[in-house]
Amino acid sequence: MSDKIPVTVLTGYLGAGKTTLLNRILSEPHGHKFAVIVNEFGEIGIDSDLVVNADEEVFEMNNGCVCCTVRGDLIRIIDGLMRRKGKFDAIIVETTGLADPAPVAQTFFVDADVGRRTRLDAVVTVADARWLRDRLGDSPEAKNQIAFADVILINKTDLVSEAELLDVEAHVRAINPYADFHRTERCAVPIGRVLGRNAFDLDRILDLEPKFLDADEGAHDHDHDHNDHHHERNHDHEHDHPHDNGRRERAPEHRAASRGLPHYHDEDVQALALRTDTSLDPDRFFAWIQKLVAEEGPKILRSKGILSFKDDPDRFVFQGVHMILDGDHQRPWREDERRESRIVFIGRELPEEAIRQGFADCAAP
Amino acid sequence: MTDTRSDAPSLTERTRTVAAGAPVVAAAFLRDTAAFVLGENAVLLVADSGEEQRVPAHSGAILCAASDGARVITGGDDGRVMSTDARGASNLIAADAKNRWIDHVAVGPSGALAWSAGKDAFVRSPKGEERSLAVISTVGGLAFAPKGLRLAIAHYNGVTLWFPNAQAAAEMLEWRGYHAGVTISPNGRFLVSAMQEPALHGWRLADGKHMRMTGYVAKVHAMDWSADGEELATSGADQLVLWPFRGKDGPMGKGPRLLAPTNQRVCAVACHPKQAVAATGYENGLALLIRLDDGAELVAKHPGGGAVTALAWNRTGTRLAFGTEEGEAGLIML
Repeated sequence: MSDKIPVTVLTGYLGAGKTTLLNRILSEPHGHKFAVIVNEFGEIGIDSDLVVNADEEVFEMNNGCVCCTVRGDLIRIIDGLMRRKGKFDAIIVETTGLADPAPVAQTFFVDADVGRRTRLDAVVTVADARWLRDRLGDSPEAKNQIAFADVILINKTDLVSEAELLDVEAHVRAINPYADFHRTERCAVPIGRVLGRNAFDLDRILDLEPKFLDADEGAHDHDHDHNDHHHERNHDHEHDHPHDNGRRERAPEHRAASRGLPHYHDEDVQALALRTDTSLDPDRFFAWIQKLVAEEGPKILRSKGILSFKDDPDRFVFQGVHMILDGDHQRPWREDERRESRIVFIGRELPEEAIRQGFADCAAP
Repeated sequence: MTDTRSDAPSLTERTRTVAAGAPVVAAAFLRDTAAFVLGENAVLLVADSGEEQRVPAHSGAILCAASDGARVITGGDDGRVMSTDARGASNLIAADAKNRWIDHVAVGPSGALAWSAGKDAFVRSPKGEERSLAVISTVGGLAFAPKGLRLAIAHYNGVTLWFPNAQAAAEMLEWRGYHAGVTISPNGRFLVSAMQEPALHGWRLADGKHMRMTGYVAKVHAMDWSADGEELATSGADQLVLWPFRGKDGPMGKGPRLLAPTNQRVCAVACHPKQAVAATGYENGLALLIRLDDGAELVAKHPGGGAVTALAWNRTGTRLAFGTEEGEAGLIML
């Protein structure tokens, strides 16, 4: 991959264990040199050379889009850190418990200077197994942090029963079924599960299947990439081979039912997944998606898609944060692959019927 | 369109290379001595004789610099504001009480100094009195008016104009968005800010009339006034963009002049102190001298070494110092 510095964003409600995770990452023997940007309320000592205190400042862009916000403090701090290039090879941003992850993520796409030097690796959210359900009920920030996450640590599992834990997981999945889940005590998780995820790398959009936490999680690793700190981009496509799909193609309902999981529907935040075998017309699709994010951007927290365009031998992939979209041709469709188009939105009060209809209208004539 | 410069006349044989060994944040001339402000710790002084001296001014990253021609003022992530002179004497001007990063520094008329840390802007008057003012967000830029003790402080949703010696409340010029840089025209009539978006915003100070200056492909990091003070030369496009500030209306209803189109983005600009010439630095390390009358170009530095991050003329315009992101630096003897 490029020599851009990877940035991992740690979110999570107050007391969930962000600082524990941060200290764990810093203390493990991984050979990395981190620059750490901590929020102003971080009180626990952090053992790292480069620790910068941030005063979280969300700035609206003057471009007529209310959801187009950036974190001014990050722009300033990353610019300053780059003076010390060579002193660190990765950045970790710890947000406050009440922070919205969207402005943090958008900063990497909106600010050209930040985007030229760094890349967003993943949003990692730490959730407290005992209190998360209460927070989801009373705090929109807690819900946003779950909805936005690429990786979710359900932490403090030792403080709840197995039945409660399954219930917590069901609540989390109702909001965001696409994140990687890990159950942890004191944030004990192999470092490769939270760093080097390339979650915003278009080349890493392999499938859009809901993720399930295996009961024997940790005994074996389906992801093949837990040590992937070196960003072996050329190899990454190869992880999408059929035996991997064997696990993922099980129907979500079947799998959930077989494990006796409770099923929830979140009132505010939902994931909407659409698929079609009909090839899409690129002109219709781009016109539709751009209009959709322009109009409904504030409601759409994240979006992702793998698209099959008519007369196009390549898979087209895209991802988005609110109204900011990033997309590209990824690689040719393979012979053994089903040429289908799939898109996923995670958002608040999504206009589901309009989105379904709009997507259906993108079919090539 | 010029993408290879082999045909253009070149000044590279008049260049004295300087081994900076670190990213160059800024350059300045302290009379005949060139000062290269490095990304970490030191200010590198290069006398006209070629003698070099590395002055340890900070412990950590150097974030900003400004010069009045006698000393270079620097701010660092060590929370210190330092002053370094041509002999290599480095003095502490201020240390932030909360040890915050010093994000911006500015020098004003008669030896006034300003700096900012977080939301607080500080001014030290020529008599040595220090005052501070908190604005609504982290400060994005500082600039003194050419006369009197008046400081412009750029921030979120506008620019604050402050007379540190007056009892009156500071005045705020409002415009939505984050203002990440500010400059005042040499005649004191116009104030221009660089936005977080690829645009400038201007105000006529007499009546607060707005001027929007758009069309850039990137954020504008560098702004400098031409020798006659009538044009503002800026980075942020694939050519040198010059906004007209003649007369009392400035660029209202007028477009900019565009000189020296290339396939590279301009990221540094320094106008010659006497003549209608600007030095421009590009993202690929190229630097040109551009004659503002007719757009004629001279190569000052060939591409390489990363983006040009520093350009500075000496007072008479016979020397040009340059520095890049990856630590290439030099002096051109004109």
